[in-house]
Amino acid sequence: MEFTSPVLNYAQLAPMLIVFGGALIGVLIEAFAPRASRFSSQLFITIFSLVASFAALVNVRNQSSADAAMGSVAFDGAGVLLQGAILIIAILSTFLIADQENFTALAAAIPGSQEERTALQTDLRVTEVFPLTLFAVAGMLLFPVSSDLITLFVALEVLSLPLYLMAGLARRRRLLSQESALKYFLLGAFSSAFFLLGIAYLYGYSGSITLVGIQQSVVGGAGNDVFLLLGIAFISVGLLFKVGAVPFHAWTPDVYQGAPTAVTGFMAAATKVAAFGAILRIFYVSFANAEWSWKPAMVVIAVITMIFGSVVAITQRDVKRMLAYSSIAHAGFLLSGVIALSKSGLDASIFYLFAYGIATIGAFGIVTLVRDSSGEVGDLNRWSGLGKRSPILASTFAFFLLAFAGIPLTSGFVGKFSIFSAAYESGSTSILLVGVLSSAIAAFFYIRVIVLMFFKDPVEDGTSVVIPSALTTVTISVSAVVTLILGVYPAPLIDFITNTALFIR
Amino acid sequence: MSPYNYLYVAGLLFTIGAVGVVVRRNAIVVFMCIELMLNAANLTLVTFSRINGTLDGQIVAFFTMVVAACEVVVGLAIIVAIYRSRRSASIDDASLLKR
Repeated sequence: MEFTSPVLNYAQLAPMLIVFGGALIGVLIEAFAPRASRFSSQLFITIFSLVASFAALVNVRNQSSADAAMGSVAFDGAGVLLQGAILIIAILSTFLIADQENFTALAAAIPGSQEERTALQTDLRVTEVFPLTLFAVAGMLLFPVSSDLITLFVALEVLSLPLYLMAGLARRRRLLSQESALKYFLLGAFSSAFFLLGIAYLYGYSGSITLVGIQQSVVGGAGNDVFLLLGIAFISVGLLFKVGAVPFHAWTPDVYQGAPTAVTGFMAAATKVAAFGAILRIFYVSFANAEWSWKPAMVVIAVITMIFGSVVAITQRDVKRMLAYSSIAHAGFLLSGVIALSKSGLDASIFYLFAYGIATIGAFGIVTLVRDSSGEVGDLNRWSGLGKRSPILASTFAFFLLAFAGIPLTSGFVGKFSIFSAAYESGSTSILLVGVLSSAIAAFFYIRVIVLMFFKDPVEDGTSVVIPSALTTVTISVSAVVTLILGVYPAPLIDFITNTALFIR
Repeated sequence: MSPYNYLYVAGLLFTIGAVGVVVRRNAIVVFMCIELMLNAANLTLVTFSRINGTLDGQIVAFFTMVVAACEVVVGLAIIVAIYRSRRSASIDDASLLKR
């Protein structure tokens, strides 16, 4: 029995290792540092490791290798782009999370108890949220570059488990927040069991757990097709759950509404990039030659997702639920990039993910600012007349909504245009028609909110816009500027993506 | 005995678990059903490992056990927090978000 030591390419793994290291240091700080110094040191460690990780990624951006870690991690252009997008989104979200007004003082205290009141009076802070964020980011970085099924499953869990906990940390309406954590956890664990069964069947089909090995079996056609079909079906359930595609979307509105808004923004933007990165890699690398088996079902899911998300969003009265349904609709738009199964589809998906993630962070950042004495105001009716009260904030929010709707001069237009043209080129005319139609429906409810904010009179019920902290201001303004630049002058990023995005086999 | 029989058993266990998640109302029981599903997937992996004659499936099963243990830690923490604030672990009671 010989035992070979693994060969690891540390330079290419560095972005993930730095974030994992930062998370572990965060746990140690939580255990040993005095309470007074925890918040500043945690914030510093989090930002520092994310920035250092980004620098490490820039350093190796032109490299590519199929076995950065013994065939478990593939380092390639598409992986670099997705990891870069995740890190930028994570840095912006950390700025929002640093505004501790949104988080409970002591997660273990019973809501309404004396213990909780004491914690609030002594100005405790949940600094645990920073290492949790880092663990989630590390899992997200690993998810789209995993090239075997074990790594894929472990990365999925590493990114999910911290998010379940983070969803339960809201300061106000804590019962709602805990309930959303429970729902997210139970449904998430349920879907990861399906994901695991899919892994088992794919392994049974090909006898290999690497994505390339599965692809070779698909090309060779040696295995039992029943196992392949079961494997694709079950693994898709797990992945589609994470992106919130219909019919696996049931958790999305509840969790988005109950979780602390900063966490919702992080979850909505970064999880979507990571999960779609993994979907793109699995379907483009492993299942591309078995197109016949999954494309019809995927087209149906994409069509239902687009229509359902857009139509149900119209009836929502809560701003976070509305954004949740809009994120479901966007998951449908993004699925059309997966279905395109072409280089242009891949490029368009990556651009769309980046543009959508940035705009989402900005929009949720603004939601954290509209408050009354009992916390954030979610009810859209109470947002009426916001444009008269604080024009800058309302126009920025309107700008993000226009980006979601895909109006020209915003990043959303460029993203939608490129993803639909990629779908059209690949022959999915039905996707194109439904996509444009549901974009029009979606534009209706975005514009309804804008009308509400600018052309209705303000209601006098204590709703006010708080002055944002410096970090929140940075997040919102950076998101707005990036959304504008990508809308007006997207060529450099598009060229960069076109030249870089490639899945190594 | 053909190893394929184990696949049928695993499929049956997985179905029992999935039905349990949908039907049962106690969060702890739902959670146990999810664990049953994970173990059914493990049995599938080990069976395929035997059929294919490679060890990869057994290695995945080990990873699954570790991940399932982590999931228990997180899951019980959330369920206990809910139980302490509501004195109930029923998932029907947790319906404030449904409107």
